Amino acid sequence: MPSLRDYRDRIASVKSTKKITSAMKMVAASKLKKAQDQAESSQPYAKAMSEMMARVAANIQLGPNSSKLLIGTGNDQTHLIIAVSSDRGLCGGFNAYVTKKTLSLIEKLEGEGKTVKLLCIGRKVRDALAREHKDKIIRSFTGLGGRTKISFGEAQDISDYLLEEYSKGTYDVCSLAYNEFVSVLTQRPQASQLIPFKLPQVSNDNADQKAGPQALYSFEPNEEEILDELLPRNISIQIYRALLDSAAGEQAARMTAMDAATRNAGEKIDDLTLQYNRARQAYITKELIEIISGAEAL
Amino acid sequence: MSETGNNAIQFELVSPEARLMDEPAVMVVLPGTDGDIGVLPEHSPLVSTMRAGVVSIYKENKTTVTDQIFLAGGFADVTGERVTVLAEEAIPVSKIDIEEVQKQIDAYKADLANGSDKTHEAEHLAILEAKLVAVQNAA
Repeated sequence: MPSLRDYRDRIASVKSTKKITSAMKMVAASKLKKAQDQAESSQPYAKAMSEMMARVAANIQLGPNSSKLLIGTGNDQTHLIIAVSSDRGLCGGFNAYVTKKTLSLIEKLEGEGKTVKLLCIGRKVRDALAREHKDKIIRSFTGLGGRTKISFGEAQDISDYLLEEYSKGTYDVCSLAYNEFVSVLTQRPQASQLIPFKLPQVSNDNADQKAGPQALYSFEPNEEEILDELLPRNISIQIYRALLDSAAGEQAARMTAMDAATRNAGEKIDDLTLQYNRARQAYITKELIEIISGAEAL
Repeated sequence: MSETGNNAIQFELVSPEARLMDEPAVMVVLPGTDGDIGVLPEHSPLVSTMRAGVVSIYKENKTTVTDQIFLAGGFADVTGERVTVLAEEAIPVSKIDIEEVQKQIDAYKADLANGSDKTHEAEHLAILEAKLVAVQNAA
């Protein structure tokens, strides 16, 4: 049976753990606010970009000379999966979700006889995937953002690398797997195809906003050239958004996880205190019995 | 027709990191790839790419420039009542530091002379040179 001292030590240790988890929760909450703000301020650009793409797309015919980013390489043998996770743990199932999603994607593609390559963003997913698929990882990016906010330049570096490898023919199809930030309590792992890119359709609900015939757009220099410039930028912005979503999701997941941990620590302390008091009582009773029986023996 | 209809056009400038401006203007001049584009209210719808250069915004009348913003290229989406400019780098001309730009240009030129990643460096150099021209014109 543990001694009173053992109980006291356990309680002290759980208490200090609780202090740490509640501090981490607070830090995550404040970082979450910042990350959410950042994710929000990237919305207007992304929205304007996709509107513009839709406009250009409505006026263009895809042909064999169209950008390779749209029509693909004419092959779909080699798939590249970009997996986005965080660099640090202690955020619940956040990183496990992305890893699981990526693994199931790998399995599915390999089942279809495709070759899979991986690009890992974030230390956690890299380490997890390296266990079974080390040979497939072509490159990893870690330490993004870190203390400061994620800059668009970082997303651009990744997309520059992607485009370069694409033109070299390293892969034919590229998908992006990341945790979509749905709410503070929910982050949904999801995978979307990045290359070849599916052009957004002109949404019908606001097409009829103005009565009368729709004005015809003119394009300078011309549709094809605009599209050629838009597509690479669109890839950067998609990656940027995934990074921001993932960053916000990470903080949200950590906050939720640390909140639960703090609560569990509280429960554990109550539990241990109860046991401690029982043990103490038992000890006192035992001493009393010893004294009384000692006195009686005299 | 919107209220601002005939005498003002909404000018919106967005970068991937933030919406930088959203204000009404009387006229906006954009540095289009094929030449400058002056946009007045009721302009016909247009999508254009832009070269590195200066956007001039006329808020009060068509003769006085109120804001000048340098863009390192981007896109413009023009409709009758709104100009949306997508730019990755945008900085007011008044805030550009000439010496800093000159220093960067020299650094890139040195890199180019050493000849490593030519296309990339040359692109950056072109943007910086456009920036320098923008400041000199404003001064």
